[in-house]
Formats: sequence, C-alpha cells, structure tokens
Amino acid sequence: MGSRASSLLREEDIEEIKKETGFSHSQITRLYSRFHSLDKGENGALSREDFQRIPELAINPLGDRIINAFFPEGEDQVNFRGFMRTLAHFRPVEDNEKNKDPNSGEPLNSRNNKLLFAFRLYDLDRDDKISRDELLQVLRMMVGVNISDEQLGSIADRTIQEADTNGDMSISFSEFIKVLEKVDVEQKMSIRFLH
Amino acid sequence: FPCMGMEDVWPMLRMAFVVLVLLIMLPAMFGLSLGITEAYMKILIKTLEWATLKIQKNSEEKKTLKPSSSNGLIQRDDSSLEKEIVELRRNRPRPVEGGDFALSDVFYFSRRGVESIMEDEVTHRFSSEELASWNLLTRTNNNFHYISLRLTILWGVGVCIRYGILLPLRVTLAAIGISWLVVGTTGVGFLPSCRLKDWLSELVHVMCYRICARGLSATIHYHNRENKPKKGGICVANHTSPIDVVILANDGGYAMVGQVHGGLMGVIQRAMVRACPHIWFERAEMKDRHLVTKRLRDHVNDKNKLPILIFPEGTCINNTSVMMFKKGSFEIGGTIYPVAIKYDPQFGDAFWNSGKYNMVSYLLRMMTSWAIVCNVWYLPPMTQQEGEDAVQFANRVKSAIAHQGGLVDLSWDGGLKRAKVKDTFRQEQQKIYSHMLVRDDSSD
Repeated sequence: MGSRASSLLREEDIEEIKKETGFSHSQITRLYSRFHSLDKGENGALSREDFQRIPELAINPLGDRIINAFFPEGEDQVNFRGFMRTLAHFRPVEDNEKNKDPNSGEPLNSRNNKLLFAFRLYDLDRDDKISRDELLQVLRMMVGVNISDEQLGSIADRTIQEADTNGDMSISFSEFIKVLEKVDVEQKMSIRFLH
Repeated sequence: FPCMGMEDVWPMLRMAFVVLVLLIMLPAMFGLSLGITEAYMKILIKTLEWATLKIQKNSEEKKTLKPSSSNGLIQRDDSSLEKEIVELRRNRPRPVEGGDFALSDVFYFSRRGVESIMEDEVTHRFSSEELASWNLLTRTNNNFHYISLRLTILWGVGVCIRYGILLPLRVTLAAIGISWLVVGTTGVGFLPSCRLKDWLSELVHVMCYRICARGLSATIHYHNRENKPKKGGICVANHTSPIDVVILANDGGYAMVGQVHGGLMGVIQRAMVRACPHIWFERAEMKDRHLVTKRLRDHVNDKNKLPILIFPEGTCINNTSVMMFKKGSFEIGGTIYPVAIKYDPQFGDAFWNSGKYNMVSYLLRMMTSWAIVCNVWYLPPMTQQEGEDAVQFANRVKSAIAHQGGLVDLSWDGGLKRAKVKDTFRQEQQKIYSHMLVRDDSSD
C-alpha cells in the first residue's frame, strides 16, 4: 500500500518552504502529492527519468533543458525543497503582496529571477554567457530537422548582434535583460493556481 | 442459560453461511433477487453519508480546507504555440531578413513544460482516482487524519465485516460461479450443434456471470437496453478492469477475445469454447495483424455468432478518462455497438493498476471493497462512414463513449502506462515552430 503522502511532510518543512518560495500551505501540500506521485522509486527524490515519464514534457522541444533546470550542477537527484525552489520561479508576481517579509531578499519569482530561469535554458555550460554555439544548440532543439544549418547560423548571428553591446560575441545576463525589457515577463512566465 | 462452547457455535455458523450463500446464489442464477444485496446497499449508503457529514463538520471546525484533488491545480489555457509566440514578440519590430526569432520564444516552451510538471493530463490516469471524501476503506485514506473515535470504531467494524464476513462469502460465490462455468460449458459442449445448444450455452454463461456479480456485491444499472449489441456485431467499451467482462456479460452473451493463458485461466478458456465460439489467440498469432483481423472478420460475418467484445484502449485506465482507441477493431467491418461503463468510486475502486498489483491482490482488493456500483450505457450502433478512415471512426466512437460516461476524452495512448511517448509528437511541435522562424518559401 502506498504511503500517505501528506503525512510525510512535516509542518516545520511546510513553513520553511512557505517562507522561501511564497507558496501557500494548500499549494505546498498539493505539490507534495504531485512530487510523491512522480517519485516512482519512492526514495524522496526525483531523477531525470521521473520527469521524462510525463508525456507532455517528453514532447516539449525544450523538455530536457527544463528538466535540467531542476538539478543543481553535477547532481542526479532533486528533493522536494529543490523541486519547490525551481517551481517558485513561476509563481505570479502579484501574490507577493500577501507575504511581505522585508528580510527575505529578492523573491524567487521576481522579474529578474524569471529572466534568469530563461537565461539558464540557453546557457548550457553555466558560464553566465550565451555563446553562439550554445544559441545554435538550443535553436536546433526547438526547430528539429526543419531548418538548415546555414539559416540557423544566420539567425543566431543576427540575434547575438542585436543583443551584444560590449562586443564579446556572446550575450551576458545584463544584455539579455536589456533585450527583453519590453516583454511582459511577469505574465508570460507565471502559472496561476486555481485556489 | 446453557453454556455454549465453540463446538456448538461452529456448525451453526457454517449452516448460516451455507444458507446465506444459497439465498444469494439461487435467485441470482435466475435473474431474480431477494433483496439482500439491496438492503446491504441501503445500510451502506446511510453509513457513508453519516461518515461524510462527520468529516465535513470536523474540517469546518478545524478550518482546514481540504484541497479537493478532483479539481485542477493550475490554470491552463489551450492557446496555440503560434498565438502565444506572436504575443511574446509583440513589442519588437519584425526583422527584415535572417529569420524571425526572438530570445523570448523560450518563455512559451518553458512555461508549458513547467505546467506539465505541476499537473498533466496523462500520468494520473494510471493510478486510482482520489476520492473527495473518505469511504472508510484504509486503502483510500490518503489525506484524512484521525477525526473522531466513533469514525475509527466504524472503520474497525468495517474491517471486520469486510474481511470476516464479506470476503469468505464472496470467495465462495466466485468459486461456485467459476466451477459452474467450467462444468456447465463442458456439459453443454457434448450436445450437437443446434438451437438448444446455443440457448443452453448462453444460459450457462449468464448464470455464471450473475453469480460472480453477486460475488462482488455488484449493482449494475443498464441504460438504453434497446441498443444492446446484436449477433454479428462488435461491442466496444472503455476498459477499467477485468471485471468489465462480468459487468457486461451479466446482461447477455458475448464472444470473448483474448490471449490463450495457462493454468486456471486456460482451463476456463478451453471449457468456454466448447459451448460456443470464443476467439482465443496464441501469443505468436497476436503479432500477425492480418491473421487477427481475418479471424475477427470471419466471426463477425457469421450472423449466428454472438457479438464480440473488444476493449480498444488495450489497457486498463482509471475510469476518469477514455484514452486512444486502437484502430485495429475498427478495420474489421461490421456494426460497432459502443458501450460506456462508469464505476462509482465511493463504494470500491474497480481500477486494476497492473503495475502495482497482480491479479490475485487485485481480486482480493475487489472482494474486500464495500461493493461495486456501476452504470452501463448502451449507445446506438455506429458504422464507418464514407470518406472516414479507421482512425477517425475510432475517434468518433471514443468521443461518443466519453460523452455518455462523463469521462474526459483524451487522444493519448493508453500504452503510455508502460512505454515512452513517440518522437512524432515532438517533431510536430518543432515543425510548427520552424514555420514561425522561417517563412514557407524557403523551407522544403
């Protein structure tokens, strides 16, 4: 018989996660149920295979990059805290008004942090720069076999040219932010809960 | 007051047990009812209602709102890839040449991806449906904490009744039912082929299934019986558990289709086929699609043979949705009689999670549930129309069944329970996105 999901999560843990991520109590318990149902090995942590078992994620062209965002450098397992920390990036911004804690620093779902999540999807080697090569690889993931190397190359060149202000032929995080300053990041990178 | 030792009580209990079995079984064989099961159901419903009220009152008092897991978790709009990416690019001028790409394009994919991590349409279909309110079975006690002493006592009494009384009763009935099937069909098999044989065979089959249904305390409501599958047709239904066969066959004869098994199952199969034609395939034969289709087609074309029963999903789903119907059943020709089966999860979860439980543990769980309550709707017959291919026909039938049963209509393959999703779906998305980058004139 399966274990009782919510009883494995202690109240202290829920409070800590609430402070760190801003999710509400009921949202945390629901997401814990979800975490538990994805955890086929029942060892309290998710592996990459556990994520790939979700069909909608497996057919997402950037599925692997998104899965990677959950795993810290060099690790193969993510526990519930790490899971929630990454999901917190997608909390809607207006919800922050409820839990104003002046000492908490920048919330995980700030505009900056949302942009950082997207930036890291491109930055394959985590060196805080998007090189031409990295951009090409991500583009290739999104278009599959439908566009030739030359066309993709010229798209990448143009994109870097537009964004690159300091001439190092790569896009840094501040350059990334500048290019996207007019985009409604708060709305597009947020997931609304139904309660 | 004379002292009664165990030696006196035991034969009395045995006697009561036998009488109870006969009282349930004999009327069932002839399609009648003494009302024992009905009375049991009434008591059960009242008890569960009381328990539900108690739990609700308690959660109101403690102000703990139990998030109803039957509702969705997050808001999802099904806006298309193109629409969203166009919106993302809204505030920037479109480049003149060099393809139309924006760094913000990844936002769409990443949000979609994380949405599916939080909640997706498919993975939860392969595990049992969560109940809104506890029904006093340990196995469904996921989020319900200790409420009150009375409730716990009731649960304890429930355990005693279910395991101490209901289980032996049901196992006995099931054993009798199956033995009767084997003996009866073998007996009928000795007759020469004639109308009497067909009639007797149907009688024997239906009797056995009725006994088995009583063995599960099954209450079945049949709707629209005028649409019942006729001879020479193909009956198609959504699949939740092996019990589906018992549920449907309670109301008429069907020719079963399946793989040849060994052991007890094999004995039953061989006996059944003596009385009337069923279709059993050897494991090797199942791989040959033409052979399978031909045998099915031959059976269907003989208008004297019973309608065949097929579950096109190919695997058990948890009865909250209908998944992709495999087109094989829809290429045979003949009239399709769709049937929708919906179980009421409050009394017992009929879904067979074959990854988690084997057949024996599953049957044990079935026999220690409160009851099986389900609705069966017979839908009007359908045939393949002009210009419609097998896949479209299959989807049309699937929609009709989903609509009638109040189930979610999904295009995902039930095979995803075990297998990985095909790459073609990802390639489709890549193709659509590519068209947004580079206009059609330059792609092949």
